[in-house]
Amino acid sequence: MASFDLAGAGTGAGAGPATAGPAAPDPREAAVLAALHTRLAAEAEAAGLLDVAYTVIDSPVGKLILAATDAGLVRVAFECEGVDTVLQDLGTRISPRILEAPGRLARPAAQLREYFDGTRRSFDLDLDLRLTAGYRRTVVQTLQQIGYGHTSTYAGIAALTGNPSAVRAVGTACGRNPLPLVIPCHRVLRSDGTTGGYRGGPAAKKILLDLEAAA
Amino acid sequence: MEVKSFEQIVREHGPAVLRICRAVVGPDEAEDAWSETFLAALSAYPDLPDGANVQAWLVTIAKRKAVDQHRSAARNPVPVDDLPEPSTAAPEDTDGLWTALKTLPVRQREALAYHHLAGLPYAEVALLLGGSEAACRRSAADGIKKLRTLYKEDRNGIL
Repeated sequence: MASFDLAGAGTGAGAGPATAGPAAPDPREAAVLAALHTRLAAEAEAAGLLDVAYTVIDSPVGKLILAATDAGLVRVAFECEGVDTVLQDLGTRISPRILEAPGRLARPAAQLREYFDGTRRSFDLDLDLRLTAGYRRTVVQTLQQIGYGHTSTYAGIAALTGNPSAVRAVGTACGRNPLPLVIPCHRVLRSDGTTGGYRGGPAAKKILLDLEAAA
Repeated sequence: MEVKSFEQIVREHGPAVLRICRAVVGPDEAEDAWSETFLAALSAYPDLPDGANVQAWLVTIAKRKAVDQHRSAARNPVPVDDLPEPSTAAPEDTDGLWTALKTLPVRQREALAYHHLAGLPYAEVALLLGGSEAACRRSAADGIKKLRTLYKEDRNGIL
């Protein structure tokens, strides 16, 4: 009776919700719900209702959350940012019609895996830059000029954007890059040679710089 | 204002909506009803007012879908080609319970599903089913009582 328990229902009558929290007790029931979820994601995609698809993948810098609109990859987030926080932010800024749907992320996920394996030096993906605007967007686009294994500085990027005094703004723009890894803000260092901050934490930045230096 | 992603809505309410669908339309149609309910909910979700009772809203959609399903089942024979793979996980004891549930009047079945499975207070059950709060409470209580008798008899029959 685990999946269909009316037996205890009488005792809870009149009281608050007798729910049914997120805990999935019965593995058979969990499998049914997982299959229903997959079907929902496919039907939502077919009906044009899946505004944001996301998936979570493993990587040497921890779990990564990948999210895409129908225009392209829109967000890469680190585990330390929190899945729920990231989804809530996407829900507010893009649309709450969000489902876990790995299919749409198959290409970015595969290319990131190749990148971490050392067999890919640049990404060939449709990117949706709607989460960045104004000067930050200019900075984010400029970052794409820094090649694999190369580095620049916050001051250097500021100069490249034609706004050499905007060093601090470049730092902020890097810190809020919606597509880290794919848009290589990890290749921007401080002028004194130290690595500087990173959305995924300084240790992750070091891992990426070492990975590219070794290749 | 924090906006919950629809993914969170599915995770939080998916299990309860499935139980409700099973109770109202039966185990065979429950997965179709669940899918239609959540697809319709996904479509309407951005317009759901802040602070709305999400579970009650989902139950309202599920009820509408169940009505549609009853109607189309009455009108058309089931198109076999379109059926999803039958769930391997339909628990046998649930079938027994469904057999018992099926003998209840639809109103009793719905009243007890919306209250006992969805956790809606009788005031909201009354909004869904029409009639007074007291009448819905009575329907659910009658349903539970009859169900206990049937289920016990069934067990005795097996033994």
